[in-house]
Parts: sequence; C-alpha cells; structure tokens
Amino acid sequence: MGRAIHAVPIRDEIGGIAAIWYREWKVFLREKSRIVASIVSPILWLLVFGGGLGRNVSIPGTEYQAFIFPGILAQAVLFSSVFFGVYIVWDRKIDFLKEVLVAPMSRTSVFVGKVIGGATDSVVQSLILLVLGAILGATGLIPGLHPSLVRFAIALPLLAITTASLVSVGLIIGAMMESPEGFQLVSSFLLFPTFFLSGALFPLDRLPAWLAPLVAIDPLTYSVDALRHAILGRAHFALALDLGVMGGFLALVVWLGSVAFARMKV
Amino acid sequence: MGIIELEHLTKRFDGLTAVNDLTLDIADGEFFGLLGPNGAGKTTTLLMLTTLLKPTSGTARVNGFDLVRQARQVRNAIGIVFQDPSSDDTLTGYENLKLHGMLYHMPSALREERIRDVLALVDLTDRKDEIVKHYSGGMRRRLELGRGLMHRPRVLFLDEPTLGLDPQSREHIWTYVERLVIEAKITVVLTTHYMEEADHLCGRVAIIDHGRIAALDTPAGLKRVVGGDIITLGVQAPDLAAVQALGVVDEVDHKDGILKLTVRDAKARLPRILQAIGAVDWVEVHPATLEDVFIHYTGHEIRDVSEEGGWAERSMRYRSGTR
Repeated sequence: MGRAIHAVPIRDEIGGIAAIWYREWKVFLREKSRIVASIVSPILWLLVFGGGLGRNVSIPGTEYQAFIFPGILAQAVLFSSVFFGVYIVWDRKIDFLKEVLVAPMSRTSVFVGKVIGGATDSVVQSLILLVLGAILGATGLIPGLHPSLVRFAIALPLLAITTASLVSVGLIIGAMMESPEGFQLVSSFLLFPTFFLSGALFPLDRLPAWLAPLVAIDPLTYSVDALRHAILGRAHFALALDLGVMGGFLALVVWLGSVAFARMKV
Repeated sequence: MGIIELEHLTKRFDGLTAVNDLTLDIADGEFFGLLGPNGAGKTTTLLMLTTLLKPTSGTARVNGFDLVRQARQVRNAIGIVFQDPSSDDTLTGYENLKLHGMLYHMPSALREERIRDVLALVDLTDRKDEIVKHYSGGMRRRLELGRGLMHRPRVLFLDEPTLGLDPQSREHIWTYVERLVIEAKITVVLTTHYMEEADHLCGRVAIIDHGRIAALDTPAGLKRVVGGDIITLGVQAPDLAAVQALGVVDEVDHKDGILKLTVRDAKARLPRILQAIGAVDWVEVHPATLEDVFIHYTGHEIRDVSEEGGWAERSMRYRSGTR
C-alpha cells in the first residue's frame, strides 16, 4: 500500500471529483462534432425562427429576436445538459461505471464529478453562444440585442447554475434507466414541455389562465427570466425570486441525484 | 487468518439465490480460482467481495476489513479486472491510467511513475497515446490488467479475464497474469469457466455450482478425487455387470451409447476391461481433467456459454455506442 492510500477522506473525495471531471473534459474535447451540433441548432432558432417570426410579432420594449435570445440560451443548455445523462447508461452497458464505483470515493462524489463534468460542457457551449450572440447583435443580424460585456458576463453564472440542475436531472434519469432507448423516451417527455412552458419563446405577461400555473411550476421559467434580467435588463419576475427558485431547485436535484446514485445498480 | 474470509456469504435476488452460504478462507499470496458455469454465482460473489453489491446475509472480510462497514478500506486494498471492457474507449491508454491514478488519489509524480511501470509491464508503452478504440481485444485486456495493479492492491480480482479472447490471446494473457503476480506478490482471485485456465493458473480451485461450493482443493487434489484416468468408449450394449466384477472401475456412467469409466492405471487395465465389455466401436483414454472433476461433483457438464457472446464481441457491440 502506497502513501497515497492513507490520505484524508475529504481530500480523497475532491481528488475523485477531479478525476471524473478530467475524464468528461477529455471526452468533450475529443468529440468536436458534439460541440458543433450543440451550437448549430440554437443559431437556427435565433436566425430562422426568430428572424422569420420577428418580422410579424412585436414584443413591448424590444425586438422579438432579441427577446428570445435568453430563452434560446436556456434551451441549448436544457437539451445538452439533460442528454448528458445518457452517458451514464452507456458507462453501465460496459463495465466502465464499475471501474469508477469501485474506486475509494463516495457515490455522492461520483455524482458531483459527473455534474461538474457535464456542466463544464454546457458552460463552454454557452460561452460560444454568448460570443456569437454578441457578434450577431453587433452586426444587426439580431436586431435589438445590444451586446454588453457586463451583462453577458452575468449571464454565464446563471447558465452555470441552470446547467448544473439540468445535468443532475439527466443523471437521475440515467441512473434509473437500463437502456439508452429508455433514456431517450423519458427525457423527450420531459424536455419539450419544459422548453415550451419556460416562456423561452413568449412573454409571461398575458398568459391564458390555464397556462399560467403550468409555466409557474416549470423550473426553467425562472432561469429564462433571470437571463432576461441579465441580458435584456427587463423580465417578468423579481430577480430575487428567480435566483431563489434556481438555487432551491439545484439543491433539490443534487440531493435527489445523490440518492439515485447511492441506489443505482451496477 | 486469511486475507479473504467469507462467512455464510449469501445473495438473493427476488427469490433466486445466486450465492448460497459461502464459507471460505483464502490465504495471503494465494492464486485462487472460482470455477463454474455462467450463472453459478461467481460474478455475484466477486461483486460482493469488491463492495459493489451488498450481501443479503453473511459477512466477509478482505484484508481484515468488513465488506459493508469498511467498504472504503476494502476498496483501497483491492484491484479488479471486470468481465466486460471497463476502460473508456474514447481516451488513450495513458489517459485511462491517469484517470485510474486520480481515482486512487495518487500524487502526480507517483502517478506518472506507476503509469510508466504499468505500461512497461503489459508491453503497451509504444501504444500509450493511441485511443483505446483502436486497441485489439487482447491489448485492451492487458491495459485493464495493468490498471488493476497500478495502485498496488493486496488482492487482485480477475473476472473471466480471457472470456471471448482467441486461444492465442488467452495464452498471452495467462503469461501476463503470471508475470504480474510474481512481480507484485499479491493474492489473486480469478473466476473462470475455462477448465484449462483454472488448471493452468490457480493454486487452489473452488468448484461453484448453483451458488454453492461443490468442491475445493488444488487442481491436482481435485483430479486425484476423480481417481486416475477416464476411459470413454462408444458402445451400444455393454456388459456392465462383467465390468463391475473386475473390481477396478471406480465410476461408471453410461448414456446415449457412450460409456465413461473412471479407472486407476487405465493403460494396464484396458485390455481386461475391453474383454469384459464386449463389442466396442471406439475407445479413448485420458488422464482426469478438471472437466471430469466438475462432472463428478455436479453431475453435469459445464454449460456452454458461447451464445452469450464473448468479451471481445461485446466490446465491439458497445464500441459504437460508447463515447
């Protein structure tokens, strides 16, 4: 037994989290197509959907394309984060997951390492989208979007909190699913309602009575709203409420994720 | 005191008893084999001993630590090569080892030193920067074998280490395993359903069938129990009474026109036996193998598992899906 083996447990846990992050980061860098794919779809939404509809829709106070920019950022993070959970299903299909679970670290740390790994991917993706958004705004391709370093910089931590929650959700589903097909099915059921109800594409001011409560229980609603505060300077809810819900939801899913990982079958 | 001690270790999965009341001591430095067909409970036993599965009842200690209450200490003391591929095939060989070093909390200088040692040991130094996807099945196994030893465990578990490999790669792996074990001076627990593998590598073998230990001894000792040689004859209507009357046959098994006799010193006694039996289509004599021992104790042959697909095949199948 080497000297490394008797290290302090808390340091072991952090080392283990770093190990898992290292792996996810290497894989992310190696799969460039994934990065490109995660950028193309949001740009299509912004330019084609936003551009096409924007000419015919007016949003009080701003242009439609600029208005949906925060929502499209949230959408990009939503899809890439939740789908990250499918990789745990693949890890289990071969015995790679066992290699990680048999290491001297807690399952909670395995979960946290995965969350940080998945969130890093989405933050990089968000950063690219913010830069592209700034360029598109500055060149007038997204009318009404006025790039500001401070505002865009504030958006990034908000996106980081959002992706951490959503990666957790993906991992919880992944921990319970035996097959990638099952994962795909369950996550699609979740993703589309979450996206459409979040108000990413419409303002929350004049919702039909049946729709308002559904929008209110969608956790992504508050991320989109917070991002509007940051990027557009105007939104529906108070920023404190948005941050409170985002923080509370993150705490909830991290806790649920630790439980799901502790119970996960190898 | 053994380095691994099982006391009434039992695992049930809704109604099915996969591991049934195993009590067993494995001494420090032993090369121990768990031999049995698929579904006999070997892998379940291994998953319990490596803390990945909680026993339903009973206990076990590895390196003096309780499996359930001191799981972390157990994990620090063990290395394992899993049945299915367990390296990340989007990473290089080096990166897989670095990841392992990080998971086992090695400071970076020590980690780099161990990676070098391990790569040299399994002859992968030249290929370390290649992505594992491009490795052959045998190379990947070797990488995982080296990785299992990288943190210098006291006990190394090998779960079907050559499953699905071609015979040549299998013998290669055996050579590596023997070399590694000699250099690392550790205890090895191996599961296999290959008789030759258990015979070739293990100091002691437990024959496992339906979650129980059917027999436990050295391969030589087990073969001695069967008692000498096996005479197999193709014969439709043998005169079994006359054969028994010779008083040299220990065991008789006749079905589907094939007669199996267990006889000590078969060569010298064969002529008399043939005379007693009558008309015979063909004869074969071989010294008792572990296969015969297995049949002796369990009453059936080790079931064929090829239909489930080998390790290499599965590694191919999941390759496209893994990152």
